[in-house]
Amino acid sequence: MLRLDCLRAIYPELENCLVVTIMGATAAELQSLGHRPNFFYLQHAMGLASSTGLGLALSLPEQKIVVLDGDGSILMNLGSLSTMARYRPANLVQVVFDNESLLSVGGFPTATGTGADLEGIARASGIPKALTVRTVEDFKAALRDALAGNQLTTIVAKVEATGPSGYVTELSLLENRFQFRRHIQSLKRR
Amino acid sequence: MPVSSASSKAIFDALKKCDVRLMSALPETWLVHLIRMADDDPEMILVRLAKEEEGVGISAGAHFAGVKSAMLMQNHGFLASINGIVSFAHLYKIPLLMLISYRGTFGERDPWQTQGGNVTESLLRTMGIPYSFLDRVDTVEKRIRQAQTLAESSLQPVALLLMRDLMWEE
Repeated sequence: MLRLDCLRAIYPELENCLVVTIMGATAAELQSLGHRPNFFYLQHAMGLASSTGLGLALSLPEQKIVVLDGDGSILMNLGSLSTMARYRPANLVQVVFDNESLLSVGGFPTATGTGADLEGIARASGIPKALTVRTVEDFKAALRDALAGNQLTTIVAKVEATGPSGYVTELSLLENRFQFRRHIQSLKRR
Repeated sequence: MPVSSASSKAIFDALKKCDVRLMSALPETWLVHLIRMADDDPEMILVRLAKEEEGVGISAGAHFAGVKSAMLMQNHGFLASINGIVSFAHLYKIPLLMLISYRGTFGERDPWQTQGGNVTESLLRTMGIPYSFLDRVDTVEKRIRQAQTLAESSLQPVALLLMRDLMWEE
């Protein structure tokens, strides 16, 4: 399963969500499908995409929040799973694209390649719904269920360790950040 | 416990007057009353963290959402947050109001706190983080408001160091 195919499959569902991605391939691939003002790409600070999603979810309980995370990133901040689980916002969905690799920095294997089970870690941290998917169809269905449901969910999507040839995009970091906040403020005025 | 309830209340009331509605915190002795006040207040969202760096992401999310937030931590928690501050808050110009209990300075009895006390201010200066001190109850409200004003106008992290003279009653 390719991450890009997963992203393409859920791209329409993301239209009415606030989306926070990790850096590198995930950010570049989502942008390659078409940037939207409700997408924020955290191009550094590995591990904090989930925390950012939690801050958004607690501040905007009526808004669906999707975090597009990765195995390397969440492994740097496993405590975040226990913090998310502690408050279990029903409007938060975390997708972890698990390619068992630190792809952006040379493809070195992460601990999920040697047996660390992120679904198990998420569940044992108290995340009420955690599941692993291995096909695009299952992934799409899992995300749809999570968005339709009312339960904090972590979806671990096992993907191949491949990505785009480069990661720098034309969208500047600050432009993205200010546009994202402005978009949220315009939603609140509606 | 000789942590000052009166000073903690002054800090909490000042944060509320500044419209702070979300606080992230990791418990430490000097912060116990503040965390309890936040927990007891239905208008305040308290996020108890596993590690302080999470608070940078949580405050960034709150900022995007238009909610004013504050981070409560010990200076060792500030040390644990440095990458998040640099590679998120500085990189993306995110205002952070950081209230940092300044352990390991004059009067510190706990040996394990002393190294952190030695490096806190020099690290704040190296990182270009504006900081001031909360050391007297009568200036707490004004200084918190000034710190938040600067954080919001400059779109950057600002630190207030909570001092022993304010927080501890011998």
